[in-house]
Amino acid sequence: MFLADVLGAVVAPVQIPLLDGEKLLLVRPLTPDGRPQGRARVAIDRAGTGVGDRVLVLDEGNGARQILGDPDAAAKCVVVGFVDYVEGQDGTLLYDNGARASLEPR
Amino acid sequence: MYLAHVIGRVVATQQYPGLEGVPLQWIQPIGEEGEPEGASLVACAVVSSGPGDLVQVVDGREAALACPQTFVPVDAAIVGFVEQALSLGRDLARATQGEGAS
Repeated sequence: MFLADVLGAVVAPVQIPLLDGEKLLLVRPLTPDGRPQGRARVAIDRAGTGVGDRVLVLDEGNGARQILGDPDAAAKCVVVGFVDYVEGQDGTLLYDNGARASLEPR
Repeated sequence: MYLAHVIGRVVATQQYPGLEGVPLQWIQPIGEEGEPEGASLVACAVVSSGPGDLVQVVDGREAALACPQTFVPVDAAIVGFVEQALSLGRDLARATQGEGAS
């Protein structure tokens, strides 16, 4: 699982039946201290999040299949949590949802 | 799962059993600003798409699960034709439409 910022929604009128009715989000993967890391992903939203939220994303097939309740689901990325705060090794606050800045383009 | 542009078609007259009739397309993954990111690759097109389209791709073992036959050697599959992909208010589908076709 990784932390990510939600950048926006993805709309696909033609897709595999599994994805019908699911909310798809474009997310920016982050290091724990909030630096962008790796390619943006498309994730299925199962936590009711929106643009600007910091979220927890599952990026693994078996876990995704369990959450989606389909043993043959062709999906890997699922937003599974909304992050309130992240604490570092020495107890410092790396991220606080109450004091977050608005998202900037990378 | 990530976004990619279809940049070409690949035709293979001999394919692994179970992959007959599944189109192969050449894709270029993109980053959050619509810029090419990473190496281009060949993916199975489970939904109909063509060069220039913005698509959603699933990679790994899950790609084969999207195919008509699920026990096939496939590690990338196009699972959605993307009409709109917002990235901080900017629509990646609109901003980069058709660029991949060249």
